[in-house]
Formats: sequence, structure tokens, C-alpha cells
Amino acid sequence: MSREIDPEYLDRENLEKLQLKRLKKVLDRVYHKVPFYREAFDARKVKPDNIKNLKDLERLPFTTREDLRAGYPYGFLTSSLSRLVRLHTSTGTTGKPKAVLFTQKDIDQAARLITRSIGMTGAGPEDVFQNMMSYGLFTGGLIFHYGAERAGLLVIPSGTGNTERQIELMHDFKTTIVHITPSYALYLAEVMERMGMDPRGDFNLRIFYLGAEPYSEATKSKIEEIFSLDAYDSYGLSEMNGPGVAFECKKKCGMHLWEDNFIMEVIDQETLEIRRDSEEGELVLTTLNREAMPILRYRTGDLTHIYPDPCRCGRVHRRISRIKGRVDDMFILRGVNIFPSEVERILMGLPEVGRNYQIVLERHGGLEEMRVILEIKKRFFSGSLKDLKRLQNKIKAKLKGELMVTPQVELVEPTTLPRTTGKAKRLIDKRRI
Amino acid sequence: MAIWNPHFECMAKDELKQLQLEKLQATLNRVYRSVAFYRKLFDQMGLVPDEINSLDELSRIPFTGKTTLRASYPYGMFAVPLREVVRLQCTSGTTGEPIGVGYTRNDLTHWTEVSARVLCAGGVTKNDVVQICFDYSLFGGGLGFHYGAELVGASVIPGSNLDPARQVVIARDYHTTALIATPGFAIRLAAVVREKGLGPADIHLKRGLFTGEPFSERTRKQIEDELNIKATDNYGLSEIAWPGVAGECEKKKGLHIFEDQFIPEIIDPRTKEVLPLGEEGELVLTTITKEAFPLIRYRTGDITALDASPCGCGRTSVRMKKVAGRTDEMVTINGVSFFPSQIEHIFSQIWGVEPHSCLEIDRRGNQDMVNILVKVSEEIFFDEMKKLQDLKSKVEREIYQDLGISVKVKLVEPDSFARETKGKRVVDKR
Amino acid sequence: MLTIRNLRSYYGRMQALKGVSLHVEEGEIVALIGANGSGKTTLLNSIVGLVPSLTGQILFLNADITHQSPREIIRMGVSLVPEGRQLFAPLTVMENLILGAYQRYRREKKSKIKSDLDTIFERFPVLKERRSQVAGTLSGGEQQMLAIGRALMSKPKFLLLDEPSMGLAPLIATHIFQIISQLHRQGTTILLVEQNAAAAFKVSNRTYVIETGRVVLQGASEELLHNQEVKRAYLGREYKEVWE
Repeated sequence: MSREIDPEYLDRENLEKLQLKRLKKVLDRVYHKVPFYREAFDARKVKPDNIKNLKDLERLPFTTREDLRAGYPYGFLTSSLSRLVRLHTSTGTTGKPKAVLFTQKDIDQAARLITRSIGMTGAGPEDVFQNMMSYGLFTGGLIFHYGAERAGLLVIPSGTGNTERQIELMHDFKTTIVHITPSYALYLAEVMERMGMDPRGDFNLRIFYLGAEPYSEATKSKIEEIFSLDAYDSYGLSEMNGPGVAFECKKKCGMHLWEDNFIMEVIDQETLEIRRDSEEGELVLTTLNREAMPILRYRTGDLTHIYPDPCRCGRVHRRISRIKGRVDDMFILRGVNIFPSEVERILMGLPEVGRNYQIVLERHGGLEEMRVILEIKKRFFSGSLKDLKRLQNKIKAKLKGELMVTPQVELVEPTTLPRTTGKAKRLIDKRRI
Repeated sequence: MAIWNPHFECMAKDELKQLQLEKLQATLNRVYRSVAFYRKLFDQMGLVPDEINSLDELSRIPFTGKTTLRASYPYGMFAVPLREVVRLQCTSGTTGEPIGVGYTRNDLTHWTEVSARVLCAGGVTKNDVVQICFDYSLFGGGLGFHYGAELVGASVIPGSNLDPARQVVIARDYHTTALIATPGFAIRLAAVVREKGLGPADIHLKRGLFTGEPFSERTRKQIEDELNIKATDNYGLSEIAWPGVAGECEKKKGLHIFEDQFIPEIIDPRTKEVLPLGEEGELVLTTITKEAFPLIRYRTGDITALDASPCGCGRTSVRMKKVAGRTDEMVTINGVSFFPSQIEHIFSQIWGVEPHSCLEIDRRGNQDMVNILVKVSEEIFFDEMKKLQDLKSKVEREIYQDLGISVKVKLVEPDSFARETKGKRVVDKR
Repeated sequence: MLTIRNLRSYYGRMQALKGVSLHVEEGEIVALIGANGSGKTTLLNSIVGLVPSLTGQILFLNADITHQSPREIIRMGVSLVPEGRQLFAPLTVMENLILGAYQRYRREKKSKIKSDLDTIFERFPVLKERRSQVAGTLSGGEQQMLAIGRALMSKPKFLLLDEPSMGLAPLIATHIFQIISQLHRQGTTILLVEQNAAAAFKVSNRTYVIETGRVVLQGASEELLHNQEVKRAYLGREYKEVWE
């Protein structure tokens, strides 16, 4: 009777065997239970049995975020409703968020990946962990919380906001590890200094886990320097349980993606062809260990490349690079995913709005701001301040209702905004991160 | 209706008393040894924990108050080393001195257990989809309900502090059956449901547990009618367990306190004397299962009364009345003490709506005078002077009969109201 | 079955128990763990009436046995397997067992006692094998089995075991615990004093932790497994925990 080795420490050959075994189960499951996948399979004249090795994955359909949204609420569910124990949603724009459903096993597995990830960085029961991510429907908070709790750390579920109070707690309870977004981390340092405290000398911090928004290596180094600690990159997306998909090890050279739980591919976003290792492209993930909502070949929209060589830490789960950008123009503001195309759709739906608009993203102090500059059709531009104010508030409310963040709205006369002959530059991101 | 843990919740009285005695003695021995504050307290009184030989003797031990907890921040009152603490919760309130409440692994288990009992008493089963509309961070009660709901086996939607409109969309799409929120939030949700024109086909809510704010019978009825659900109350406090100290069963005759984990007493907040069953006073709690943050005779500041008569549901534990108010809200007029909430209650019963009111207290000579300033609103105002007069007299009469104080009801325009009262519930000019 | 309130036991001027309250329900197996000298054995001896100076209340089957004689207490159905076995070493296995039933000879038929003897032999076949052997020459594990067998001969409703695994090799100790578990499953109510905390937890429903004559912790055995206090009590060392 062979003892089961923890998949974290498998050799490459056995890892791939495990992947194939799990993949076959997943295919069988989704083929029979998810109409979207059955139709897609049938359209390509493929059956689950046809997939005999990992390469055959190429023959399978992709899943996009539109597909998930179209399947809201239960379109991709493969277990019975009674087995569901949790709902999380992505920070989506528009009225219908992307919903992710979990059975108890899914929750446990997601937590296990976090435990594994933070274990790599040396976190343990002696640590005091402050989870400065949003708790609630977004996966960033609760999933990480469960994983840290499992690992025996003292968990301070502080969430976001109340920064001064959080800093007090961080000082008084001698927090050693924090899960936080890079922009919030920079802001944290500012507030600490404002409170007359030294980010290095007055605190016990030794590790930051950074994630949930794009950032550069330079920013990471800056954060490490300001706080005198080690920062580790964390990658995840709510459609894949949230954080815990990929994580940096102590060697800090790319993030190990947990291949026993996800099959990763990198594709050319135009031709949809598979890229070779070390070539940049769009990350595509297939879940291997999800009960409620298994997903095949999900186009994450994140651009990265796979490191071909083995990591010096010895783990065979391959590493991906830091996320270089998006295939679309989605940006993240205050933790919320926003697609300019969505903003456009909302704006163009308003009769008063002309054809030209610009979205400007800025940071003031610690707060990220979105300013929407709109050209108003001549006939609505009455000149009366009161009317304009009313229109401004109306547009503001509409945007807030759909986007979940409140933008500043500036109304301008037609032809105020620059015109271009090529593709209009709608998005100006002045935040430097 | 199911009882989550009949072994404890339906325990025979004498068995419970023995259990309480044992756990109390163990707790006292532990805190004497591990918490400097309690050791000093005992030594000052010349008391040794061994001397507490029965539950009655608990009253020989001095009280612990909020000021002590604040002064002990961050972990002066922790009875275990930080390494054994796996969770930190904070009292809510983002200003002023916080109180850090630590939990060991066993504390979390115990807390989750009583949360599950509260949910079960409110009718929640594993077939429910529970939407929790409380803040999930360490300042709020979301996590407590969340873990409890998980233990019960229900599906959990961690709504947290999302706005009512979005909460309704999720409740509609995911067929939420149980709602957990403050009473005020429930009413806002109901308004959204109405606005969106949603009906029984869209909203599948069956029950709700409401806490965190005063919850009058009137409010309960309003919530039950507007959302078409059964609503129950529950009680907790973040210094001890929130949720989880007490929960209302379907008989709605008070909230069952989980006496295998908490020993309740009622005291007169001024004389500090322990009051007999049935009399109203300040709730004092002693934790007997807490490892990290045990509290002996903690003054909660909440006013209630205990009822030990048998409850039709089968639970044997003592019940507490809905919290009438806070001690710090208590007002004394000409030697008579009462709560603003009592006045509001009488007013709303007679007038039919809950008022925006403020008690204005002044002194003329050696007499205290009370004016009840009520903000005029559409619901309060009637065109007919006579009707207004009648209602005002009726309120004044009832208050005199019920509470023994003479008041004058004054209807005040919104602007003046804001100016005079500055948002306070009581303005004491004496 | 057993309820104790505020028990204070003294050896002369030395106070060994300082206000101990505990209870054992019928059919339960409750463990009492603590370091050497914490008062565990004193507690058991107090229950069976071997400690002359004590105050408080001990109730067995609702009768007050606080100051009863050991003979009365045993007659009521309490039986003690003492620390260190305390067998009659020069006597044979058979003789030790028969002596265990000494209370019953006048009141019951010899044949009944004989059949109980057979039951014991069924439970402990090795004792049957060695029934004519002198008790002092048995191995540690066999002696423990004999001690338990002897206690069982009085047909107790309530069995007290004082450190049954002491001095035994791990495998033998495991066997003894299996026997204890079996006894419990078959309906005997048991109060077990042990230094081997891990085994005590595994076999018991609830546990009391006693430290210098006081109960500091009590609860479901599973829960206490997650408590550091327990490790402290078991090892008998005061940890000076460093917070900073």
C-alpha cells in the first residue's frame, strides 16, 4: 500500500500523472453536468475519452468571462445545490457579478493551498497575521483567513479601512505578517509616518503578501525597503477560488503555480495558439480539484510567461512571472475590477452624453480616484449651474450603481477633449505603481 | 423545532449547577494564577479562589468593568500566552480605546458552538442559505455568525457590509432563505424589495435573526410583515461573544442564555446589589469556558431581567428579556429612574409610530422637569388640533402611570429640533 | 453517579486538595490528569474513604459518602485499583482474585462468585493460565491485569483506577488501556487517574486537570487535547512564557 505523497513534493513525472488523472475526472464531470461544456465538446466532435494525455487539452474549448457571466447563477454548477456551502463573487462591474460557488471540500482545498503557500515563506504558529484585505463576498479576505487559521497563525481579521486603528493593532499585537495590496502598503507607510511612527523601528513586521492588483518589481522593492521586510507575490483570481493559485517561494523568483490543482497554459491572445515556455501570453487555467464549479481552459486575461527551468527551491510546480498586464484594458481601482468598455457602455446609454469621454485614474494621498470627463451634447449644455449639477449627480449615481466605486464626474462642452485619428486614448492612468 | 445541543441546552437544573460550579472554580483558579488583574483583585479582598464554594458566593467577587478592559489593552487581561491565541476580535467603535479580545482554538470552538445554537433557535438548518449582512472584519459580528452557520451546515453568503440594493440582488439570485442583519438594515432591505417590485416568487426569505440594535416588538412586527419572515432576536457582546450569549427560540418569550458557558446575574446598577429573578437591572456575566479572555462578573451595561420559568421549547436555561436599554442611558428624575427607550416605547404604542425624540431635562427650584421634544414629521403631525391634543395627553398620562414621572410632550419643527437636541437622545440641563 | 463539591483533604496539617468539585455520570469514563503531587491519588483515596481528614461533599448515587468507611463505600459498589497495584504478592493469582470478592461471601452464593471468577478469566486468559502462580512473580502487565481483575471481583458499579499504566512498557500499557476501554463499553463507569495524558484523552469522555490540589481545567477530552494548559499540567513544569 503506497503512502500518498503530498503533491507539493511530487516529482515532475508523477505530478503530470496526477494532473492527467484529475483532468479525466473533471472532463467527465463537466461533460455530463454542464450544458455549456457538452455543447462545446460536441461542436468540436470531442468526447472526454478522447483526451488521453495532457497535450490533448488543446482540443478542448476555452471558457471566457462572458461565458461565466452568461451562466449566472448556476450554469456551471456540477454538484447538487444542497452541497453548496459558500458563495463568493468577483469584484465585477455591472449588475450581475461573476459568482463562484463552493462545496465544503472546495473551501477546505482553497484553504489548504493558502496554508501551503504561506508555509513556503516560513509562516508558522508563532506569527501574528493581519489580513488587510476586504472581507465578505470577495475571496481575498475569507479564503486567506481560513488558510492562515489552519496554519495556526494568530489571525487578526482587520479587513480594509480604519487605517489608524489597524496601525495601532499592528503595533500593539506585534503583527509579523500582513496580506495587503501594494498601493495600500504604500499608503500604510504614509499614515504610519503621519502618526509619528517608524515603519521599520516601531513594528514587528517581517513579511508582506502582496496581491490583488498589478505592480512592478520596483514597487515591491520599495515596499521591502520602507518596512525592512520580505514581500512575496501572491496571484489568484476569484474564478479560481481566489488567492492561492500561485505564490512566491523563498527564492523569490517567480510564483509557483500549484499545478496539482490547476493545469496552466499560456496562449497567444489573438491566434489562441499555445506558447512555449518563456514566451509571454495569456494565462489559461483549468481547475483539477474543484467540486462545485470546475472550469476548463479559463482565459484569465492576465499576461505572463512560464519559467522553463526548475526553481532552486526544488519544487517542481512551475513558476509564472509577475503579471505583466492585461489582454484587455481592465484596471483595478480600490480593489474593484473595472473594464473601460463597461464604463463606455454605461455612458453611451445616457442620452445626454456625447461621443467623447476620458477616464483618468489618479492617486491622492492613499485614495485612488477615477475621474470621468464627459462631453455633453450641446442641447443639454444649458449653462445653468444647477442643471449641470443635477446631470452630474445623475451620471455619478448611475456609474456608482453599476461600478461599485464612486467616480468624480466632470462635464465639459463638446470638442473640449482631444481628438485623434487613430484609436482614442480613453484611459489615462496617472497612478504610478 | 430543533435544538442544537440538547445535552447542554436542556440540562437538568441541578446537573447544570454542578457543571457551573466546577467550571467556575476551574476558571477562578486559572485567572488567579494567570491574570495579574484578578490576582490583585482577589488579594486586595483577602479572597482566595478556593473560598468560592457555591454559585451564590460569586457575589463576593468584585465586578470587572469596561474601563478595566480598556486600561489593560492590548493583552493585559489575556490568561494565556499570545502564541496560544489564534484570533483577535475588537470591540466595535473605530475611535476611542479599543478592547482586544483574544480567542484560543478551543475558545473559537466554543464560540462557534453557541453561535450555532443561536442560529438553530432562530430556525436555521443546514437546508438554509444564510446571508450575513454584518461587517466581517474584526470590529463586526460577521465572522461569528459565519462560523456558526458553517457549523450548522447551511450555505453561507458573506454579504458583509454591501449596500442593501446589492444584497437584495444576491438574495434574489441565490435564493437566500435566512437573513442576518441589524433591524435597521432589514428595514432598508425591505424598502429596496418594495422599490424593485419584487414579490414572493423572487424573494425566498423565510427567517431572520436581528441584533446589534434595540429591537422593539413593533420593529419585529414591521420586519416580519414587510419581508414575510419569522424574526428572532439574539444577544451578545464583543467582549465576550458576539453573537452567542443568548438567543430567542420560537416561543419568543425571552432569549435563552447559554448557561453552560456564561453565568448571568442581575444587579442594581447603583447599589450593585444582586437582584432576584424577575427584577430588572444590569446584566453581569461570568465566562466559565473562556481560555484566552475569561471575565469574572463583567458589567455589560445592558439592562434586562431574568426569567427561569419553564419554556415551551424544552430548553431549561434561564431567559433574559429583550434589552431595555443601557445603564449609561438611564435617567433619574425626582428620584425615579427610567430609560429613554421606555418613553419612546409608550409614545410609539399610542401614536403608532416610533418618534424621533429627545428628553430635555431641566430643574426649576428643587423640581426636575422633563420635556419630550418630538420632531415633527408627516407621520406624527395631524391637521386636527384636537387629535393632536388628545394623543399628547394620552402619552403624558401613560408615562405618569407607567413610570411615575410628569412629562410634557412638545412637537418641534425639524430645524429647531436639530438645533436644540444636537442629535442627542437626552439633553440634561441640570 | 458521583458528585463531589468543594473537597478539601488533609494529611495532618498539609492540605492536599483545596476545594475540588467534580462529577462522573453513569456510563462515563472520566480522566483526571496532573503532575506528581498534584493530588490525584488523594482524590481517589478520599472517595473510597481512606483519607480521614476531609471536608466538603461526596455523593455517590445520591447518598452522602463523605465520611463513610471504606467498607461501606465498597459495599455500595465503588472499587479502587490502587497506584502500584498493591497486590498480595505472596498469594497466588487465584487467591488474590478471590480476596477481591471478600465483601460478597457472606451475602452471595459461592456459585455466583465462581462464575464471576470465570468471567474474569475469560477477559484475562493469561491470568487463567497463571492462576496458581504467585502474584509477586508475574510481569508488570500481568500484575496490572490481576489488580483490575481483583477490583472487578467486587462487582463494582464504579471503578477507580490509579495510574494503571505506570511502570509498564508502552505496548503493554496500550493493552491495558484497551481493556479499560472495553470495560467502559460494557457499561462500567470509570474514573481514571493518569500521568499518561495522551492515553487518558484517547480513552475518556471528559477530563479534569488538577494542579496543586485545584482543578484548573475541565471539559471534553477532545477539547483539552488542544489546550496548552494540559501539557503544562502533565509535565508538571511551570513554563515562564515570554511574551515579547
